[in-house]
Amino acid sequence: MSKLKIGDKAIPFALPGVDGREHSLADYADKAVVAVVFSCNHCPYVLAWEDRIIQIQADYANKGVQLIAIGANDAQKYPADSFSKMKEHAQEKGFNFPYLRDETQEVARFYGAERTPEFFVFDQKGVFRYHGAPDDNYDDPQAVKKQYLRDALDAVLAGETPAIAETPPVGCTIKWK
Amino acid sequence: MNVTFFYYEDCPSHDRALERLRSVIAEEDISAEIEVIKIETDEQARRYNFVGSPTILIDGRDIDPPSPEAIPALTCRAYQLEDRRISPLPPEDMIRRAFRAALDRD
Repeated sequence: MSKLKIGDKAIPFALPGVDGREHSLADYADKAVVAVVFSCNHCPYVLAWEDRIIQIQADYANKGVQLIAIGANDAQKYPADSFSKMKEHAQEKGFNFPYLRDETQEVARFYGAERTPEFFVFDQKGVFRYHGAPDDNYDDPQAVKKQYLRDALDAVLAGETPAIAETPPVGCTIKWK
Repeated sequence: MNVTFFYYEDCPSHDRALERLRSVIAEEDISAEIEVIKIETDEQARRYNFVGSPTILIDGRDIDPPSPEAIPALTCRAYQLEDRRISPLPPEDMIRRAFRAALDRD
């Protein structure tokens, strides 16, 4: 599980984005909630969830929620996850959130991320409030019974503690160098 | 009929995929034995031309033949569903069609 523990403060980072800009966590200090998701291009679990993740950003943007996706996979072994391919993928999918490249994998290691996709949700004070999967069914969006991420976002926006603060991340392992 | 089920432990869909495979075999009343092979090394992946987990072969043929460019690797496999969504699980219809095609070849 995560090296960050629920209740810990977010670990700052600054990483290049597919939009050509550098993005730091501090850039989003005005957001009510920041959800960092470790992601990639090639993993079928990410691809299965991707449209739902885009929809979550669309649904919660006006409420002050900011998703930030980070790709940390070793692009030597998995060329589909290279920075240039990340740029192409974000364009093709019409990402409505920043997609950042963690080339050294330091951010993924500091956060203790293990899989893609894996969410780390922080409140406005930067306190870690939810960790894990977006929902309970990667295969079929119509069969989802537990909306872990949406429920956590709703709770944090309401100033409450998420009823489920941690779920096992489900997906491909991060491809370490 | 010979069925081979290859999987890589790090991809969590393999249990559900094997369950789905067994379910289709039972529903279609097919006489088949499943050989389950765990892929653990890059060398094994190359030897079996394993392009991702799970992979199912029926009489040696992949139920979803990968492109010639697919590289053997310890990775998870993406299956495209009829509605074009991607899933880490091979759809039941794909498994069923592959069995029927194999039966037609017999």
